[in-house]
Amino acid sequence: MRQATLLALSFGLLMASIAGARTPASVNDAAVIDGMARHLSEYRFFVLPQTQVPARGVHPYTLNTPLWSDGADKLRFIYLPEGTQLAADGQGLLQFPVGAAIIKTFAFGEGADRRLIETRVLLHRADGWTALPYRWNAEQTEATLALAGGRIDLVTPAGEAISYAIPNKNQCKSCHGKDGEVIPIGPKARNLSAEWLDDMGRKGWLAGDTSGGDRLPDWRTHASGPATPLARAYLDVNCAHCHQPGGGASNSGLDLRWEQSDAQAIGIMKRPVAAGRGAGGYDFSVLPGQPDKSILLYRMNSAEPGVAMPELGKASVDREGGAVVRRWILEMTPK
Amino acid sequence: MKRLALAAALLATTQGFGAPLAAETHKVAPGEGAATRLQEALILAAPGDVIELGAGRFVMTDGLSLDVDNVTVRGAGMDETVLDFTNQQGAGEGLLVTSDNVTLRDFAVENAKGDGIKSKGADQIIYHGLRVEWTGGPKASNGAYGIYPVESTNVLVQENYVRGASDAGIYVGQSENIIVRRNRVVENVAGIEIENSNHAEVTENLATQNTGGILVFDLPGLPKVGGGSVLISRNAVIDNNTDNFAPEGNIVASVPAGTGVMVMANRQVHIRDNALVNNGTANVLLTAYSQDFSDERYEPRPVDILISGNIYGRAGFAPDFPGGGDLKSAFGGDLPAIITDGRHQELKVWDLQPILSLGLTDVKQAFDQANPAVTVPDIPQILPPVASLSVKLPQEMEARLK
Repeated sequence: MRQATLLALSFGLLMASIAGARTPASVNDAAVIDGMARHLSEYRFFVLPQTQVPARGVHPYTLNTPLWSDGADKLRFIYLPEGTQLAADGQGLLQFPVGAAIIKTFAFGEGADRRLIETRVLLHRADGWTALPYRWNAEQTEATLALAGGRIDLVTPAGEAISYAIPNKNQCKSCHGKDGEVIPIGPKARNLSAEWLDDMGRKGWLAGDTSGGDRLPDWRTHASGPATPLARAYLDVNCAHCHQPGGGASNSGLDLRWEQSDAQAIGIMKRPVAAGRGAGGYDFSVLPGQPDKSILLYRMNSAEPGVAMPELGKASVDREGGAVVRRWILEMTPK
Repeated sequence: MKRLALAAALLATTQGFGAPLAAETHKVAPGEGAATRLQEALILAAPGDVIELGAGRFVMTDGLSLDVDNVTVRGAGMDETVLDFTNQQGAGEGLLVTSDNVTLRDFAVENAKGDGIKSKGADQIIYHGLRVEWTGGPKASNGAYGIYPVESTNVLVQENYVRGASDAGIYVGQSENIIVRRNRVVENVAGIEIENSNHAEVTENLATQNTGGILVFDLPGLPKVGGGSVLISRNAVIDNNTDNFAPEGNIVASVPAGTGVMVMANRQVHIRDNALVNNGTANVLLTAYSQDFSDERYEPRPVDILISGNIYGRAGFAPDFPGGGDLKSAFGGDLPAIITDGRHQELKVWDLQPILSLGLTDVKQAFDQANPAVTVPDIPQILPPVASLSVKLPQEMEARLK
């Protein structure tokens, strides 16, 4: 799937450079910095929207360990206006100039059957980040602003028929909110490849300390790689945007960030606070050696609203993620 | 948040959200597309706006959320405007509020899959005249909290009705400066619970047919620890004998059925001038937090507790704790209305009621090491003055309800 995307990308780039003189491929900066464009096409992030071929200044990237969203294939891009740069500061979140954008398209299906479902944009404006969701039409020609979100019936790669939820504008903030502000989550240097960081640096799009890449493991090793780094990366990427101080679930006291080293903070022998029936009858978030008595895994393995974690962006269960977290808990020495 | 400039043609369903900056009232009626129209209205509201929900039933499939300051969401009455979440497919609560100075009033939330209405970090929030209900009555599969403000300063929860919550009907957590007044909480595990919070006034409520009527708890390991300065006064806490239906693992799953007012940990709690009637374990129960903890900030015992001026009905006729039945047999009748596990500090009882102490002295002791004894309180002839724990909210908040 990734290879097919890259093929389409290089083909598209070729096309774009040939057609460059005829088709102005520049991004509409005015739409990025103000207003709420009704259609995704108004931003001109893509020269070929349907195949997601990016315009000039729009850089594709991937994450070592990605956020799981019902198995959606995700196409990620960063837009930087001409003459601007990202700033890297070790392992943390890249700093974006005003006028930059992060674009993420969610797709299901392979090859010719691939359908774009939604594209979420994060726009970096003078007063902070604005998050907006766009829903693709059936013809795959345009995506329209879906402020109130929406639902779409589809079949996941695991073969499950689900009602997939496109988040509303506020729900964007539920995950992207920290201390009341909207911030990006994904593009942290530690979860980007060193190769990508180097490449962006060489081309002048990235400055600063670019040595923090590749700290999180490559999720493609999930079946056989060491459990601890995989599980901690998975929890960081999928849970820690809420479960950290200042995040949407700060009141739980659970802090699942990669850098958190306190055992109780990451759930080990931690009792539930406001879990309700989400506790599943168990006493601890993580009970060492006992994945089947650990609330954290119980909630990951549920798709039922009120029990399921994460609360948003999930209508089915991530079996791969669950298997890694199970392995992690199983390998812990019982207390 | 500033009002976002919108193209006039933005959305046919959101006409009226365009240019004017003066506060506006946006009416949302039930019917076709109501869920989407309502969520759009909540997103596009400007500070000062009122979202007016029409009478009728709004069929919801997803949770709602509000993130704009100074907005009022108002229905036609708690029995007239119903947000029905019976078929909810996603989100952890019915309605989530994350902005300040919000007023929620006069509507109902039914059968939310998770919590009913949650507000997080939402200062100066008012919940007024709401009904949050799981209409099938007490069930472990109901959502945890009905009304759930957390991490907030200045909270007013007034004249609401909550029924069926599998944790607490009204739960205020990790907050400051709180009034919970004139609510009716029925058939929840905990009627009202104040947890890890300071400066709370719980007054003039009716708590009945819950497992426990009013709980004041402090738990270790949370961002905010050290709850206290809580006034429980002029409440009717009657007949809270419903079997505990909380899912196991939660702290309220350990609340005995038949508990009137319960204090666990906390510093400075006054239980004054309440009617405490017909609660089968105890009308007042004081306990320490007895599980392991490693939080150095945490005081596991109830400290500085005053019980005074209450009216007592029957209690202790069905004690629902380990050894309770034997104790009752040994006692030869109903247990005293006030029970402490013995691990309290600075307890003052100025009511003419016997006190049963289980005689535990160490927070690590188990209940089977109890050494029960009954004492009669030593009431001063002239009662010394008592610090007022009444809570004052910003005048602006009360004014909003006028």
